[in-house]
Amino acid sequence: MIEFIEPIHVSHYLLVGAVMFVTGAVCMATKRNVIGILMGVELVLNGANINFIAFGSKYLRSDSLGLDGQMIALFVIVLAAAEAAVALAIALNFYNNHTTIDVDEADDLRG
Amino acid sequence: MMLAAIDWHAFFFWLFALLTCGFALAVLFSNNVVHMAFYLILALGASAGLFFLAGAEFVGAMQLMIYVGGTLVLVIFGVMLTAQSQFVSMETRAGEWVVALGVGGSLLFMLLITAFNVEDWRSSNPERDRVTIADNQVTTQIGLGFAGVRVDKLEQPDGRLRAGMSGYLLPFVIVSIHLLVVLIGAAYMARTKRRKDDSGGRS
Repeated sequence: MIEFIEPIHVSHYLLVGAVMFVTGAVCMATKRNVIGILMGVELVLNGANINFIAFGSKYLRSDSLGLDGQMIALFVIVLAAAEAAVALAIALNFYNNHTTIDVDEADDLRG
Repeated sequence: MMLAAIDWHAFFFWLFALLTCGFALAVLFSNNVVHMAFYLILALGASAGLFFLAGAEFVGAMQLMIYVGGTLVLVIFGVMLTAQSQFVSMETRAGEWVVALGVGGSLLFMLLITAFNVEDWRSSNPERDRVTIADNQVTTQIGLGFAGVRVDKLEQPDGRLRAGMSGYLLPFVIVSIHLLVVLIGAAYMARTKRRKDDSGGRS
């Protein structure tokens, strides 16, 4: 109950961002589906975005990043959209050529 | 009486934080790719709530529109185009889980130690109650910042710093061209290929 009474700090946002980042990183490492790896990348980028928003918030710090944090977060969102489009195209190409979506099967370049 | 003691900002922060972390972990621990896509939508939508609570309404709205509305529709199309029954649910080997969770847990431990050990990040803003909602209409300022004019930093006393704060026009142009190239490249790569041995077709 005590958490609901004390105010929120930047550290609490960093906690959420860290959990999201680590979840995405572990997701990238363990998933065998290409689409699952792409979802891990999205989680990592969103964890970074939470940190940018927290450091740019005027509510949480008096000398915050200001609007720079929000603008960089917007750039991250746009680049994440572009990355998703390219990764999806690569995944579809891989699926058409190999008729599988398992990244463990992608060992054509093995020496 | 008990209700009045609750800081509603903190209450909603913990609600959205719990939803975000819970659904992110659900993405990690779910084996079914269709369920993973659904949990990812919920996790990103809940993190838009965190953006609203931090006073970044425009970024929160963009998160809902671009991420949840655009990117995840793309991801779900990818799921639907590749979801044959043997690929919907793929198990990860137990050894990989152990290694990944060990590395991820130590990374999380390190990040949390850093996040909670900086004094400036653990203290609340003394002027928090003086930040008014009407002061926070930032959409015009963000738009002008992308166009190269930082109307929010005009009072910067140092002239050299003021010159360096001249906005994000060049990154905006670069990211626009990047998006155009990505659009063409993705459409080129994802189109249906015609096989070389088709009669009379171009390769």
